[in-house]
Parts: sequence; C-alpha cells; structure tokens
Amino acid sequence: MATTRHGRVGPLVAPATGSAPLDVDALLDDPATEIIVCCGSGGVGKTTTSAALALRAAERGRKVVVLTIDPARRLAQSMGVGTLDNIPRPVREVDGATGGSLDAMMLDMKRTFDEVVESQASPEKAAQILSNPFYVALSSSFAGTQEYMAMEKLGQLHEDARRTGRWDLIVVDTPPSRSALDFLDAPERLSSFLDGRFIRLLLVPARGPARLMSAGLGVMTNALTKILGAQVLRDMQTFVAAFDTLFGGFRQRATRTYELLQARGTAFLVVASPEPDALREAAYFVERLNEERMPLAGLVVNRASREPEGSLSAERALAALERLEEESGDHDAGLTGGLLKLHADRVRIVSRESRLRDRFAAAHPDVPTAVVPALSTDVHDLDGLRLVGDLLSL
Amino acid sequence: MHRAVAGYRDRVSTHDTPWADVRLHVVTGKGGTGKSVVAASLALALASRGQDVLLCEVEGRQGIAQLFDVPQLPYEERRIVHGPEGSGDLYALAIDPESALLEYLAMYYRLGRAGRALDRFGVIDFATTIAPGVRDVLLTGKVYEAVRRNRRTKNARHYGAVVLDAPPTGRIAQFLNVNSELAGLAKVGPIRSQADTVMTLLRSKQTAVHLVTVLEDMPVQETIDGIDELRAARLPVGGVVVNLTRRADLDEEERDRALTGDLPREPIRQALSRVGVKATDSLVDSLLDEAREHAERRELEDEQRKRVSGLDVPVFELPRLADGTDLGGLYELAADLCRQGMV
Repeated sequence: MATTRHGRVGPLVAPATGSAPLDVDALLDDPATEIIVCCGSGGVGKTTTSAALALRAAERGRKVVVLTIDPARRLAQSMGVGTLDNIPRPVREVDGATGGSLDAMMLDMKRTFDEVVESQASPEKAAQILSNPFYVALSSSFAGTQEYMAMEKLGQLHEDARRTGRWDLIVVDTPPSRSALDFLDAPERLSSFLDGRFIRLLLVPARGPARLMSAGLGVMTNALTKILGAQVLRDMQTFVAAFDTLFGGFRQRATRTYELLQARGTAFLVVASPEPDALREAAYFVERLNEERMPLAGLVVNRASREPEGSLSAERALAALERLEEESGDHDAGLTGGLLKLHADRVRIVSRESRLRDRFAAAHPDVPTAVVPALSTDVHDLDGLRLVGDLLSL
Repeated sequence: MHRAVAGYRDRVSTHDTPWADVRLHVVTGKGGTGKSVVAASLALALASRGQDVLLCEVEGRQGIAQLFDVPQLPYEERRIVHGPEGSGDLYALAIDPESALLEYLAMYYRLGRAGRALDRFGVIDFATTIAPGVRDVLLTGKVYEAVRRNRRTKNARHYGAVVLDAPPTGRIAQFLNVNSELAGLAKVGPIRSQADTVMTLLRSKQTAVHLVTVLEDMPVQETIDGIDELRAARLPVGGVVVNLTRRADLDEEERDRALTGDLPREPIRQALSRVGVKATDSLVDSLLDEAREHAERRELEDEQRKRVSGLDVPVFELPRLADGTDLGGLYELAADLCRQGMV
C-alpha cells in the first residue's frame, strides 16, 4: 500500500509563518523549466490545471506540448480539439503574438506500448509479441500500464523536443490512479518484473534443460497451472521467450525516465482541492517527492471557496436567523433569513478550508502554494482556461 | 429537512425500497464526488434496518478507517459500529489482493505454506499486480464469498447486506466485468471458472451498482457513460446518488431576482437591524453578492439535475455539509438515505 508505507517527512514544530505564494508565471517563464508534471488524486482538477498552465505558458511565448491521459476526453473538449490521439496536434486559437505555440495530445496506452516493442525488436519478433494473448492483455488492461506508458511517452516527447526543437516545455497530466503515487512506481515495478527472477524461472522450460527444475520451481509452476490454467502459462512462456531480448531495453528506458523526473528542468506541481482526502494525498505526494529527490515546485489548491466580504461571523448570522424565525412565528425567516443561512454556510466552509490549508502548511512549510477560487461556471473553452490561468498566477 | 431533499423524498417514496432483495450494493463515483462517504452512509442506513452489514474497500486507501476514526483495518472483518437494540452492527473489511490470493490458495488448494513460498519467486506480486485481470477477480472473489455465505455457513458471519466501496466510475464496468477482462487470456482453467461464478452473482438481481455524482458537467457525463457501460456489460444499475448539493435557502423567485440584481435592499436592511445586526451597505452588498453567486451555481446545478433525472434510474440527493463529513455527518446522510427510501 503505497500511501502508508512511508513515515512522515517534515518539520517537528509549525513555523511562525504560513507557506509562501507559488509564483506560477516565474515558473512558466523560466527557460530552464522543461517539464511540468501535475499530480494529485482524482477529481481535483488536474486536467484543467495542466491545460490552463500549458495555454498560459504558450501565450507567454513558450513552445508547449501538453500530454493528457484521462480517457474522458476532457482536455479535448476544453482545448477545442475534436479528437486527441497519440499524435500532438496544434491548438488553433492560441494567441501567438509572443511567438509561443500549443500542441495537445492524449495518451493511447496500447499504441505507445506497441511502438516501444516495434522500436526494440525485429519486425518478425515484434509481430510475434504483438499477437501474443498475454501481451495483448498486459498492454491493454494491466493497471500499471497506463502510468508506465505515460512516463514512456513523456520520455519520447522530451527526446523529440531535444532533437527537433519543436517544443521547449512539456506539461504532463498524470493518470487518475488508485493512488496519486502509482505513476512513480509503475515503471520500476513493471521493469523489475520483466527483469526479475520469476521471469527467469518461466524461461527455464522454454529453454529445455530440466536439470534446473528445483523442487521449489515445481511447486510454483504447479500452483500457477492450478490458478491460471496450463494455457495461460504457455502463453506467458512464449511471451517471455520472445520478449527476452527486450528486457534490458525496458529497464534502461525506465531508468532514463526516472532520471528525467529528477532532473533540474523538471517541476512537479501537486494539485489538490481543499478537502481532507485530497490534501492528505497531496501531503503524501509532497513527502514522497522529497524522499525521491524529485523537484517539487509547489501546491495548487483548486476550487477554494471565496471569502465573503464584511465581517459578519457565522455565529452572529445564525443568531440573527434564529431571532428572525422567532419573530415570524412559523420558522420562516423569509428572504433575509435565506441570505443569513447562505452567509453562515459560506463562512463555515471558508474557515474549514483555510484550517485544512493551514494544517498542510504547518506540516509542509517549504511548499509554495497557489489557491484558485472556485468558479461559479464550468470551464469548457479556451477563455475558461485563460481565466483559470489568471487566477493561478494572482 | 431541507427543502431540496423534500421534493425528492416525495418523488421517490413511490419506489418503495427498490432494492429490498439486493444483497450486494456496489457504490462507484468519479473522484471527488464522495463515493466512500456515500458507501459508508448507505451501509449505516442498511444496518439501521436491523441487519448486520459488511462494508468493503478494495483500493488500499484505508478510507473506511479514516471516515469512522478507527485504527487501520486488516484483512479481517472488524466490527466498527455496534448498533442500538433493533438495528444491526456494521462490520468493515479492507480487501487487498495479496491476502485474498493467499486465502484463495489456502481455501481451494490447501496451499497454506506452499502459498507463502510462492512469494519468494515473486509469484504473488506477479498474480496481483501484473497478470491482467487476476487482481480484480481476487478482489471481487472475496466480496462474492462474503455475500454468498448464509446462516448455515460454518465459522463465518452472515450479513444481511454487503456494501462495496468500488473503484471510480471510469473503471467500474471493467472492474466488475471480470470475465471479459480475462477473455483471450484465460479461456479455461480455475481462475476462469472463479470469474464466471463471480459474474453470475454480479449480473443477478442480488446486485445493484449505484453511481455517485455531483451536479457538474464532467461527473454527470461520466455517470451517464458509466450507466451505458454497465448496461452494455449486463450489470444491474441501481440508483444515482447526487452528493454535495446546495440547499435551497432561497426560493426560485428569489434566485431569479438575485441573478438580475433585483433583490430589495431596504427590507433586508430593516430585517437585519431589527435582529441586532449592524446593516452596513457593504454587508448588504456582500449578502447580495453571495446570493447571486449561489443563484448562478444553482442554475448550473439545475441543468445537470435535469440531465440526471432524465436517466431512467431512481435518484437520491444528499446535501453538502458545511462542516465537512465527520462521523456525525455520516449518520445524518444515512438518515437522509432512509428518509428518501433508498433502503
């Protein structure tokens, strides 16, 4: 369980002041920033945030490509791009006055996996692998494949950018994982599996000599046959035999991606909403990034409720409401009563949210934070994204 | 009782607990819609009807422990709420695929020690994280085992209902449709027959899949897509729970006037002064601003509400609690679900 394996990381006493504001524009404008990774738990607005950052960077003169993973085609809609596939496509209505540009793409996980296989193996061998039932299942439904392929795609885009100069900034949205940390672990997990002892053992029968069959191995293949059936085991062995020569390549690529994430040009933004679950996930993420020495740029808190003006407290509003109700006799405090209820709710929500944020800041004082107020309308076009971008960099 | 909920109560009361025969309630929802809160409230509501209920989670988040403020849950059914006389108890179980696999091996193959020996070869890791679909068969398989038990089952607790806090909407059809996930991989063999058995329960009248949403465009769209996918996989769709709704503190006419800026200032100022609030211009402005924002949000919500009610499924609404969902809040929400006739 990724979220509880690590101990807490951070100061032991709360600092006197809260966290510093996150300077989004400085981050976007810095030519040294080559990659921005937006991560966080599901439903906190990661996709919108990545799109808004990418658009803002483009209109401030960067040559940007944004990679989204979410299959709901949300980015496609908000970017006004009809379909997103594995190919980066220009977003037309970007204001290019400053020389910037924006391309958008959506990850096709199976296609990406296929391409890796094709690039690593001879055409003959690639065809053999691609048609293996075990490979088909692994590449289209394994829970970690999406995370792995997202990082693989990031590596490819980065190489492309280096080679062609088409982009100088890559913004990546991360998969809506079970846990926000999955994508950090997925490449390592898959490659260590492909490289591991278990696979070596599976290769034994395919290579023939029975002398390596220890008693332990017998138990293992026996058990696997019982659970999965002999046919699955055969498919796996064929797959592993065909894949054998590619293992080293996969491991190398995973290592390179990991190093890329640690590099100076990379900036992680942790996205959250002012809810306990989302902030808890964000805290784990911040701590994990620290441990792995990954460059954390800051925290974005989306959908914050806006503080009402004026100084009427929730308690006083509710007391006034009660008196209005008494006055009317039938518990209907009318329009003014409704307004007071709305106000009291709003004040309580705002103070609960700021309490949650304060706690986060106390435990993680070094994390610069940007707070984006909730909009009363949905974001579904470039103007909406521009507005989010403005709010991000206030 | 909030006015918004009252309307729905009247409407759904004609349904008369549509899922009286259901033994397995699966609760899904897009991230951020509060599916775990709804699953927990539903479990409490079911237990309040006088039966023991098991609440399961499968995503390794320890969400139940956090909601109920109890220590982390092991792979073991733990009583987390002891109900009063006349109602049942609530038990909870955190299912992880590794433990489910070892239990499965021990139960069906008597592979107690040898099962653990497999770990040395990375087989457990392989079966639960890499082998496509196997993980989901193990998770749903454990749920199946808990549902299938009856009063005659030895050494095991019998539950009136099981509530599963399931993976999010985007993945729910794939998660529940375990045998198609295995298709093309395991066409025959034990794991395949296990998947088929689980599937029979999941497609039966004993199962209902409920979807949690909030009144925003994307979550509602995902709910609509999710229902289509569930139906295409012949999985039984239960109800839609609309969570985190805004209360109707202003009526429709007041909201219309708030939008156009036509709410009368003077009566508001007078009413405030009468009850001892210093009614400055800026306070009245601020209240009117809040009313307008509220009305804007409600207008968008009402559009989404129309889309949801256009779906051919029973709809329930839960309010957004200003103080957040603590344990007390769960009981309030559970009472709301009872009142609206979901259980």
